[in-house]
Amino acid sequence: MNRFAEIVRRDIRLALRQGSDSIMVVTFFVLTVVLFPFGIGPEANILERVAPGVLLVTALLASMLSLDRLFQADYEDGSLELLVLTPTPLEVVVAAKVVAHWLTTGLPLLAAAPILAVLLNLNGDGFSTLMLTMLIGTPVLSLIGAIGAALVLGARRGGVLLSLLILPLYVPVLIFSVGAIDAAVQGLATKSHLLILGGMLVAALALAPWAASAALRQALE
Amino acid sequence: MTDPGANPCDFSGSKLVCVRGGRVVFANLEFGLSAGDALVLLGPNGSGKSSLLRLMAGLLKPFSGALAWQGQPVVENPEGHAHRTHYVGHHDAIKPVLSVAENLRFWARLHEPEAVAAGRRVENALDRFGLSHLAAIPGKMLSAGQKRRTNLARLLAAPSPLWLLDEPTTALDRKSIKVLETVMAEHRAEGGMVVLSTHADVDLPGARELHLDGFAPSEELAEMFL
Repeated sequence: MNRFAEIVRRDIRLALRQGSDSIMVVTFFVLTVVLFPFGIGPEANILERVAPGVLLVTALLASMLSLDRLFQADYEDGSLELLVLTPTPLEVVVAAKVVAHWLTTGLPLLAAAPILAVLLNLNGDGFSTLMLTMLIGTPVLSLIGAIGAALVLGARRGGVLLSLLILPLYVPVLIFSVGAIDAAVQGLATKSHLLILGGMLVAALALAPWAASAALRQALE
Repeated sequence: MTDPGANPCDFSGSKLVCVRGGRVVFANLEFGLSAGDALVLLGPNGSGKSSLLRLMAGLLKPFSGALAWQGQPVVENPEGHAHRTHYVGHHDAIKPVLSVAENLRFWARLHEPEAVAAGRRVENALDRFGLSHLAAIPGKMLSAGQKRRTNLARLLAAPSPLWLLDEPTTALDRKSIKVLETVMAEHRAEGGMVVLSTHADVDLPGARELHLDGFAPSEELAEMFL
């Protein structure tokens, strides 16, 4: 547990000192969402209709932007070898890195979302559900993304390959998140959607560190 | 598995075969180390010195054969093996935005959370390798030799009996090589073990030599694995 906290602390410190990754992710999220009213016109009811989809697709793309750095920097400077040789299961190391990744990218996205939701004229019921789905959904994105980031280590143009690998796996998260917000906007029950999202989070928590560890070991062979 | 009494060595490898990219690097390699021993790996480029060290560290799996620690197969307890091993590879694992002390403290705490927190091991390690005045300098400002010394300071910052050093003298000046030699001698005097690959002259009194070109596979053996 000490080691887990140590890795989380170190990765957050690295992200804060380098700064660029978190800021880039949020800036991308904000700028891309702001483009939509320009592209499809300022009509309030159209914007309200597309708001859940726009916000979630953009958040998903933004979180993917930072993924290729998740293991790549450690891989290049030799830190990954030492992390693999840490006297603790590699799964714990991976989980710690994913937690740090979520805190430095998922959480800022969550913070930026309310402002953008207002911009897209999302109504009050949809608003709270949006926050809830993003709270459950963004950790899933980080977890699944870690598998992809570990798999493309050492590949050239890994970033492009990563998006091809990961985007299809993000589809279920997208479907149920948008489903929940749409239901909330129309005044229907959102519980079933949120429960399925929660199930995805639990499954990803259990499986992703394990799969990413296997890929990391392979990358270092 | 093996009877500990039958095997006097603390760390040993038997019938090790290493295959890299479809090529047999070495075959039927045997080694044994007891407390206080040092083993120098010699051989031309590509003879498998780095592969053997990575194999000993657990980064590579042997194609066949086994490593044992006090008679217990290493694969049964990879975390325990990582805990008693320090591996220094070709890369120095220094983060450019963290200071020398932060870099070192992170690796030391990761290796041995309690012991490092308790003592002044990190400060002592920096002092031994002449890095005290650089402690607050970010990693990106360091020269290659200073990075290497920071990496080597891990050996002292967290205790471990087995040191696996892959060409540790790269980029080091004469004075730092002397420091490393002293540090290794002290480590062995305390019952530690050192395995080292090098092309430079490193003074390790009483060290045994392992010539890896002697374990290059014979023709028929190489074909067997194809």
